[in-house]
Amino acid sequence: MKGKVWKFGDDIDTDIIIPGRYLVLRDEKELAACVMEGCDPEFSKKVNKGDIIVAGKNFGCGSSREHAPIAIKGAGISAVVAESFARIFYRNSINIGLPLIEAKKISGHISGGDMVEINMDKGILKDLDTDEEFEIKPLPDFMLRIMKEGGLINYLKNHLKEIKEE
Amino acid sequence: MAMTMAEKILAKASGNKELQAGEIIMANIDVAMTHDLTGPLSVESFEKIGTKKVWDPEKIVIVFDHQVPADSIDAANNHMIMRKFVEKQGIQNFYDMREGVCHQVLPEKGHVVPGEVVVGTDSHTCTHGALGAFATGIGSTDMAMVFATGKLWFKVPETIKFDITGKLQDNVFAKDVILNIIGKIGADGATYKACEFGGETTRNMTISDRMVLCNMAIEMGGKTGLVEPDQKTIHYLKGRSNKPYKIMKTDNNAQSLETIHININELEPQIACPHNVDNVKPVSEVEGTHIDQVFLGSCTNGRLSDLRTAAKIIKGKDISKNVRMLVIPASREVYSKAMDEGLLKTFVDSGALVCNPCCGPCLGGHIGLIGPGEVSLSTSNRNFKGRQGSSDAEVYLSSAAVAASSAVKGKITDPRSN
Ligand code: SF4
Repeated sequence: MKGKVWKFGDDIDTDIIIPGRYLVLRDEKELAACVMEGCDPEFSKKVNKGDIIVAGKNFGCGSSREHAPIAIKGAGISAVVAESFARIFYRNSINIGLPLIEAKKISGHISGGDMVEINMDKGILKDLDTDEEFEIKPLPDFMLRIMKEGGLINYLKNHLKEIKEE
Repeated sequence: MAMTMAEKILAKASGNKELQAGEIIMANIDVAMTHDLTGPLSVESFEKIGTKKVWDPEKIVIVFDHQVPADSIDAANNHMIMRKFVEKQGIQNFYDMREGVCHQVLPEKGHVVPGEVVVGTDSHTCTHGALGAFATGIGSTDMAMVFATGKLWFKVPETIKFDITGKLQDNVFAKDVILNIIGKIGADGATYKACEFGGETTRNMTISDRMVLCNMAIEMGGKTGLVEPDQKTIHYLKGRSNKPYKIMKTDNNAQSLETIHININELEPQIACPHNVDNVKPVSEVEGTHIDQVFLGSCTNGRLSDLRTAAKIIKGKDISKNVRMLVIPASREVYSKAMDEGLLKTFVDSGALVCNPCCGPCLGGHIGLIGPGEVSLSTSNRNFKGRQGSSDAEVYLSSAAVAASSAVKGKITDPRSN
């Protein structure tokens, strides 16, 4: 996975990602048109398919609104890299198939506009502009399975009987 | 094995005798709550799975609170989707737009009892831990899984126990305690942890006050808030619920337990300043700050005790003409009792606007939004940029007492100086 970086700070909350007044919407494209409006109203126009968000700590804190990861995914963002994630946002993203990547101390080292390459299997993120490499924290096995099967809904379709009988 | 309350509840729910923080388990869900705003996505995801019937309609509770009455065609549509789902699935525990905010309605109507696992598609579901349940917010897709299977996976959290001691000064409240804690440990200070509140101060608190503490556990990243059930809990449940329950308590020598001691004897009223909940200052540092709107309400501080506190301060005075004040009782029960006690008359006579029980401006999606450059002082739980309307507005958070004194003076005011 390779993409251009959009840089954000610490504690990017779900009201910044998708303000409350848009929660009546459910369509991925409609939500994407308002994504990150809380800090950059033009963001949805500037972002291109495959771009990557890099942020500081506690990304996605706040509400349980799944509209937040849906809006990010709908805008074409291929992954969010952050120093840490808020808990509900983390689950929601994996559930809908938006890759989240945790990497320590990354925020101070990568600049907006850089190209980065992510190799999940090797557990490495590389800034192609500076050649700096960063170790990324692997997803827990169980989440990796959900991610690999294309999100929780698909996972449930495939395993409903086992889960019910467990 | 010594375990925390959170570990014990999750062990019971997953059919394990023992559990330790860090393990991943599949838990049986006792209560699954959704509301008018995140409900439609949950229903949509559930329908994608292809299962026709929910696992147990009796364990699902649906509350309309975020956009009631509907303020747009989109909101009306969302309500229609949910009403249809309720009918199709035979869900009895359905509270259409008259009951109030979900986190007040569920405990009031006896849906939550100690020892249960409660999930809701709302991050403040942690509020219900005040009754000794393991309660946590989840997303819509997770809820779809619960609807289909009655189960959900959890990573068993470690526990931070806040051992709170001391006596609150006059006009200092549970809200000031929790704001102070969040200010100290930060917006991600308890990420993934169960936040248990204990100590003599917590034991002396009412259930409403304990709800205030648990409600804001999420604002420090907590997975749930918890208070050990006691006689007050049992008393609260009387006449509300006839569900069987099991009281579980944290063993002091539990391995995953970290204890933080807090003494609140000297605590003064606290304010969370824009734009983060952990940007907390004592009221003395922000006194005199200009405000345009005061909001008394929400699942944090829209309860009867809050309305009483505020009415006592406001009685016989006028709301400053530079300020508009919205009073939104958290539920129909609160509204009705406030009416009986004459509190609503006090508010109306002073020039405040009293609205129907709902979330109101708390999430900036329904009524009472604020414009660019405006400042809100709010008794709710979040002050993120854009939370109550314009991204160029500011939100301060406080107790009901600070909100009421400030509404009268037209600027942020220490209620102790009134
Ligand atoms: S009152 Fe505010 S925080 Fe509580 S459920 Fe409603 S929107 Fe959420």
